[in-house]
Amino acid sequence: MNFDYSDEQKMLKDEARKFLDAKCPPAVVRGVLDHADRAYDESLWRGVAEQGWLGAAIPEAHGGLGLGHVELCALAEELGRACAPTPFASTVYFVAEALMLFGSEAQQAKWLPRIAAGEVIGAFATSEGPGPTTARSIGTSVTGGRLSGVKIPVTDGDVADLIVVLAGDGLYLVERGAGVIAEVLTTLDPTRSAARLTFTDAAAEPLGDEDGFTAAQQVFDRAAVLLAFEQIGGADKALEMAKRYALDRYAFGRPIGGYQAIKHKLADVYVKNEIARSNAYYGAWALNARAAELPLAAATARVAASEAFWFASKENIQTHGGIGFTWEADPQLYYRRSRQLSLVAGAPAQWRERLVAQLEMKNAA
Amino acid sequence: MDFNDTPEEAEYRATARAWLDANVPEHKAMPHADDLAAARAWQARKAAAGYAQITWPKEWGGGGGTPIQSVIFGQEEARHPVQYGYFTIGLGMCVPTVMAFADDATKQRFVGPALRGEEIWSQLFSEPAGGSDVAAIRTRAVRDGDDWIVNGQKVWTSGAHYSDFGIVLVRTNPDVPKHKGLTMFWLDLRSAGVEIRPIHQMSGGSNFNEVYFTDVRIPDAQRLGKVDDGWRVALVTLMNERLAVGGGGGAGPREILKLARELDAGEGTLLQDKAFRQKLADWYVQAEGLRNTRMRTITALSRGQTPGPESSIGKIIAANQLQDIGNSAVEAEDQFGIINDAAVSPMRALFQSAVMNAPGLRIAGGTDEILKNIIAERVLGLPGEIRTDKEAAFRDLPAGR
Repeated sequence: MNFDYSDEQKMLKDEARKFLDAKCPPAVVRGVLDHADRAYDESLWRGVAEQGWLGAAIPEAHGGLGLGHVELCALAEELGRACAPTPFASTVYFVAEALMLFGSEAQQAKWLPRIAAGEVIGAFATSEGPGPTTARSIGTSVTGGRLSGVKIPVTDGDVADLIVVLAGDGLYLVERGAGVIAEVLTTLDPTRSAARLTFTDAAAEPLGDEDGFTAAQQVFDRAAVLLAFEQIGGADKALEMAKRYALDRYAFGRPIGGYQAIKHKLADVYVKNEIARSNAYYGAWALNARAAELPLAAATARVAASEAFWFASKENIQTHGGIGFTWEADPQLYYRRSRQLSLVAGAPAQWRERLVAQLEMKNAA
Repeated sequence: MDFNDTPEEAEYRATARAWLDANVPEHKAMPHADDLAAARAWQARKAAAGYAQITWPKEWGGGGGTPIQSVIFGQEEARHPVQYGYFTIGLGMCVPTVMAFADDATKQRFVGPALRGEEIWSQLFSEPAGGSDVAAIRTRAVRDGDDWIVNGQKVWTSGAHYSDFGIVLVRTNPDVPKHKGLTMFWLDLRSAGVEIRPIHQMSGGSNFNEVYFTDVRIPDAQRLGKVDDGWRVALVTLMNERLAVGGGGGAGPREILKLARELDAGEGTLLQDKAFRQKLADWYVQAEGLRNTRMRTITALSRGQTPGPESSIGKIIAANQLQDIGNSAVEAEDQFGIINDAAVSPMRALFQSAVMNAPGLRIAGGTDEILKNIIAERVLGLPGEIRTDKEAAFRDLPAGR
């Protein structure tokens, strides 16, 4: 038993932090926030690709580093901490994972090396309207290898080269091109782009032969663990910002961090962050070990991390007071990102339901 | 990150499991006068096999094992009906303090009997005027030749009514600031002048006591640490406390899930109620988070790191969750929920019991508020409270009621 990163993983994480401190300061995040025409930061994206991070969990045979999923979790934590404005999650946690789960040898050989090299941006398209996506609510369909339907929102859909689409009868690979129209959406987190994708008889290739909704759920389970690490990275950063400000800001003759109203609030943030971290570690193990516990572990990690990041990011603004509500102050970056990460793989309420369903099955067995 | 046993751990687990499978039935088959006698017998059996205090050195009767081995044995033991709480405070806090500060002869005399369950220890720190503010202790010790004469009162002393010995923190110098005039001793709780009175709790039980000292003589040879240096000694004791008190007990996610499967909630069972399912998920997330946080602490221990104040989070979560789960179950039982009778209430009134015991758990071993201060100050590095009592002599401090 070992419930921590190994020394090598810690080293990788330290290196990632140094890299992102240099290449992804808040000014880079703001560069995307303040420019509606920028979907992501291209220079950072190239740098991340050069580091080999996109292929961290992709086997060497397919051009990746073949490290493993715990290493990918360590990188995710740092990307979340830096609030990195890149299509990393869509490309790596969703599309690469979907390819590794369900792709044929030919599909993997075609796409994984290009993903690892940073030549391809991916997107995972499931939602079609307000409310949770369910097996019954999917209108997208495929006839004779041609896919039609509307997906909204699709994170990174406006810049994706390769889209994994959930249709009524399965997952499909669709390349950007004829029959695919992308319209950029205004979202709560402009540092991560999203689009409405309209498919009209777009060329589509089946990805695996599983039932679509079941297959999508397996991708979500994996992404949920990886996203949880981005969330705890962001939640930790939000707590650090709040703590720093509470020490520097004086009111009534002393630092506001000396008042119990602030101290207890930040202690609450710390407790939620630690619970989320511990659950995320368990999720990382289940993901890396291909354990049967993954669905339950993923739901637990996601619910905890979504709650922790939301709480940390909103109380960070509150601790900052008026300045925290200005455009110029950085707490908003994490507040926005917490919304993006909580919703992108399905909202917490859906994951709580999935968690209890797993518990029922486990106890019945 | 690996949540599976290594081959060595798996071997240790298999050995422990086999030992428990052989020894628990044997233990249960023997006649015991009462629960305490059964607890002593089980403790002696474990000690003989090296399973009492697994991480203590073998020369002191321990198992000479690792923290992970201790966790593994604990997991396996928890599957058997041999959960006795009588020795937790003594072996977890008091005896380690004796081991750290007493001379060899004293250690030789006491460690073995405590380990084997022959003698039980209590911790006498809290006082009527010193709860969260432990250093406000008023119980006074005055030097008299080779002895100290002790007068005063301790309170919330767990298990004093069945204990043999205790460690007691007393004021030896009221003319210096409060933290600098305390001294620690060990004593025989049957000494002349010691009177133990059980406290009747709001839950109906009596697990704690008031302990009165009237001209109790304690030899100076029973001093632990230097005169007036008792605060430092106490910190060694308290470092272990929140790990020891942490467990929530009884009503957890698993138990309320069991209730919810069967409880009629009007339209279907409680488990089919959407609002309930959302809450159940959150409880599970917290309980799992806590379990995995403990494992992270164990990992730190096994790497030779000292667990820090972050272990404070365990008790905050466990106690509040117990209260929340207890009350949610009671309210789900609707009008019937008011009944607190093991013979009538669902699951032997487990949830009613949780409602009535949780307030105590939120206070014992550091209140929620004190624990949050500890996290804010020692983990996050935020400023301490403004203090008016740090520099003044203890005797000059306002006492209130």
